[in-house]
Amino acid sequence: MTKVNEQVAIDHGLKKDEFKKICDLMKRTPNLTELGIFSAMWNEHCSYKSSRKHLKNLHTQGKRVIQGPGENAGVIDVDDEDAIVFKIESHNHPSFIEPYQGAATGVGGIMRDVFTMGARPIANLNSIHFGSTQHKKTKNLLRGVVKGIGGYGNCIGVPTIGGQTCFDESYNGNILVNAMTLGLVNKKKIFYSKAAGIGKPVIYVGSKTGRDGIHGASMASAVFDDKIEEKKPTVQVGDPFTEKLLLEACLELMADDSIISIQDMGAAGLTSSSVEMASKGKLGIELDLTKVPCREEKMTPYEIMLSESQERMLIVLENGKEENAKKIFDKWDLDFAVIGKTTTSKKIELYFDSKKVADIPIDFLAEDAPEYDRKWKKTKLPQKIKFKKENFKSLKINNCLIKLLSNPNICEKKWIWNQYDHTVMGDTIQKPGGDAGVVRIHGTKKAVAASVDSSATYCFAHPLTGGKQVVCESWRNLISVGAEPIAITNCLNFGNPEKEKNMGEFVECVQGISEACKYLDFPVVSGNVSFYNETKDKGIKPTPSIGGVGLLKNYKNMLTMDLKNEGNVILVIGKTEGHLDQSVFARNVLNEKKGPPPEINLFNEKNNGSTVMKLMKEKLILSCRDVSLGGILVTVAKMCIKGKKGVKLNKLKSLINKFEFFFSEDQGRYIIEVSKKNFKKVENILKENSVHFDNLGEVQKDNYIYIDNGKISVDELSKHNKNWLMEYMVQ
Amino acid sequence: MNSSVIIFPGSNCDRDMDVALKKFGFKNEMVWHDDEQLPKSDLIVLPGGFSYGDYLRCGSIAGKSKIIKSVIDFAKKGGLVLGICNGFQILTETGLLPGVLQQNKNIEFICKNVFVKVNNKNNKYFNSIDKDVLELHIAHNEGNYFCSGDELKMLEDNNLIAISYCNKKGEVNENSNPNGALQNIAGIFNKEKNILGMMPHPERMIDKFLSGEDGSIFFTNLLNNLK
Repeated sequence: MTKVNEQVAIDHGLKKDEFKKICDLMKRTPNLTELGIFSAMWNEHCSYKSSRKHLKNLHTQGKRVIQGPGENAGVIDVDDEDAIVFKIESHNHPSFIEPYQGAATGVGGIMRDVFTMGARPIANLNSIHFGSTQHKKTKNLLRGVVKGIGGYGNCIGVPTIGGQTCFDESYNGNILVNAMTLGLVNKKKIFYSKAAGIGKPVIYVGSKTGRDGIHGASMASAVFDDKIEEKKPTVQVGDPFTEKLLLEACLELMADDSIISIQDMGAAGLTSSSVEMASKGKLGIELDLTKVPCREEKMTPYEIMLSESQERMLIVLENGKEENAKKIFDKWDLDFAVIGKTTTSKKIELYFDSKKVADIPIDFLAEDAPEYDRKWKKTKLPQKIKFKKENFKSLKINNCLIKLLSNPNICEKKWIWNQYDHTVMGDTIQKPGGDAGVVRIHGTKKAVAASVDSSATYCFAHPLTGGKQVVCESWRNLISVGAEPIAITNCLNFGNPEKEKNMGEFVECVQGISEACKYLDFPVVSGNVSFYNETKDKGIKPTPSIGGVGLLKNYKNMLTMDLKNEGNVILVIGKTEGHLDQSVFARNVLNEKKGPPPEINLFNEKNNGSTVMKLMKEKLILSCRDVSLGGILVTVAKMCIKGKKGVKLNKLKSLINKFEFFFSEDQGRYIIEVSKKNFKKVENILKENSVHFDNLGEVQKDNYIYIDNGKISVDELSKHNKNWLMEYMVQ
Repeated sequence: MNSSVIIFPGSNCDRDMDVALKKFGFKNEMVWHDDEQLPKSDLIVLPGGFSYGDYLRCGSIAGKSKIIKSVIDFAKKGGLVLGICNGFQILTETGLLPGVLQQNKNIEFICKNVFVKVNNKNNKYFNSIDKDVLELHIAHNEGNYFCSGDELKMLEDNNLIAISYCNKKGEVNENSNPNGALQNIAGIFNKEKNILGMMPHPERMIDKFLSGEDGSIFFTNLLNNLK
């Protein structure tokens, strides 16, 4: 076996002083297997060593929260016996190296996190970010990632109901693949990872262990260089078929009470699952690695402990339940092996060929793992840009609208979601393409809405505002489909935390997220952090992805964005100030990339959202969409396209110019359609609640948007909106 | 009426089918692939999904599974066997239906609503169905039907092409072909028309909050024909 020294530790991604700390704690030099275990537990991905200090500030409490961060996934109460388990997780580094398998195993991993808790997955979502559409790798990466997500989710038979796709050159060398899963569980049958009891059998189930994915978690904790291709073997290979069997077998076993605790083998495989279970239960664990089912010959303890082979679970069972459990796994043709037991030692003790090969106190791996208070730099709020009349002089509103609707970040993503099975399970009542996806809670009147959002452009310009904005956007998206927002999960994708600027972006985004969550009573219940999204010194824009979940008590009250009937009035809720800086319009039409993001006023955000919910309860809203990228006119156009209707827009009363009015990205706004009959009632409710609104115009039967004495064909707009991605991908 | 849905490892539309059958009045039972006996049934359904992970070829391993012998016997005695999506693939693998389902022409998974034209109503599945064009849903990676010239001739001569992809108006043409299937074939019968294999999923279209309701028409009609 390789002799361990400082260099070997550094090759494992540990820092010099970390290696020294290990030797001091152990009072000896660890052997290679032990070093491997330390490197897996102490890397950024597993230990959260740079982020932990700040994550503590997140707002995680709420009246519907059953389980907050710290478990395999968060759990919220959705009335009756039902709870929703959900989480978002990154699989960025592997997806850049091998897009299909990277994305596929990302989906597999997050689904395991959810069904580990006893929940049947009912919906998948994803947030994916790619480099510039001009970059030579983008198309292949996009194709591979979409195929991977579909390949895995479709096979398991869980609908992919929504997502988000962004293109920006900051992802040229580091794409982002964040996968989210929601599962449904009976409140009284939630399973946790905390082990309990002494001498309980530790069971290994699922696929066999191979040499794939060794050091995956360490790879995800380092920056990329020219040699990333060499890291391909660290990417795991997924087998959705086995996962489907594992899902069914686990749920079958969970139907009775033989499981004490259960943990999926995700990042750092057997190492982190066994250590986490023991650590949470304040117990020791003893494993005989000879008993681990292996796919390849002559695997060493080191390889067995660090393999990230997919579709595996570790279970602590009640004594005497082994036979019955084995029967279930046999039925599903899955490996089942008793590989160890819980002990009082508070150590992880590993045996191989009857020899002890590792002996480490659990605390050294978990509680004593390093925690850093890294230096960070505040980002100043940029100066507001003063746009002049000349900036707009040569612009035609029609052309601007077309340009925005065919912008890669705004255009329709049907090419993507047509490749995802979004209707399996027979409860998808709002498909991808709207503000949020909605699935019914099977056999009930209830439904859950879910969306994923990120706003890297805003976060880059001013992380504090950006952090708040993403949470608000998520909240609005849920309200727009008629749901009551409940909680979020966050996937925090950032650059190198050892750089003050990147660390500052992280700290301030988290602060923004926390402030907004607190104010909106929209707590964070789960999530993960992905640092080191950096290639050759170039980091990504700070990209927190927020997955929001909301509840519809009666799915029949769900709202959609398609305009319904001619003669109805459309209103914009919330004030339009004309903030163009950082908007898609400013960046792509005016070519101005500087300036602050739109301001977030949490009071208005909450008031506007709550009032829209009130209008919904009174059944006064016929269609709804929040105003986001591209501003009012893009939103109206999308509502027209979806509803195959036109709109006659009123003459502007606003003092700002029409470009500012129609394309600004001021926050806290919604567009709603109401009938003429109810208009007065709506107006009164809005006034009573001091909500600003503007009467935008009237729905038309013919397919035209009438604006400014001219008109634009909705069919034409639709073509531009729908075709861009399709054409890009076949070029 | 009694129905049975076979569950293979990797089936994933088994529950949806169970829900649909029960909703329209069937007494449905789920049957495990490793069983040998079928319960007394008026209809056997092979559901969609990825049986045995689609390994080797879609449907090929399921086509050799334990239960399938009983399904073949049942079918040969004239019992109704309906294969949806992966179920259709399994039926071609058992030889109960001719042809194969290849990868979609665009080499992508396709999940969307489609229209299909009902070509033959002289059978238990479509007898007295009101509509000539149904809006159903497809979700597959291998739905591109292909068969030999002789087999196609046999299908055409005997009017065994059950449904064809078409547009809203019922026109069968290249634009309305989602996956490259030969002659826009979306589903076929065996000669006796007691076996139907089809790619679209009627079980996903059973109430107005879903993608559509034409699946309801299919199941209601099927039940009535069996009464």
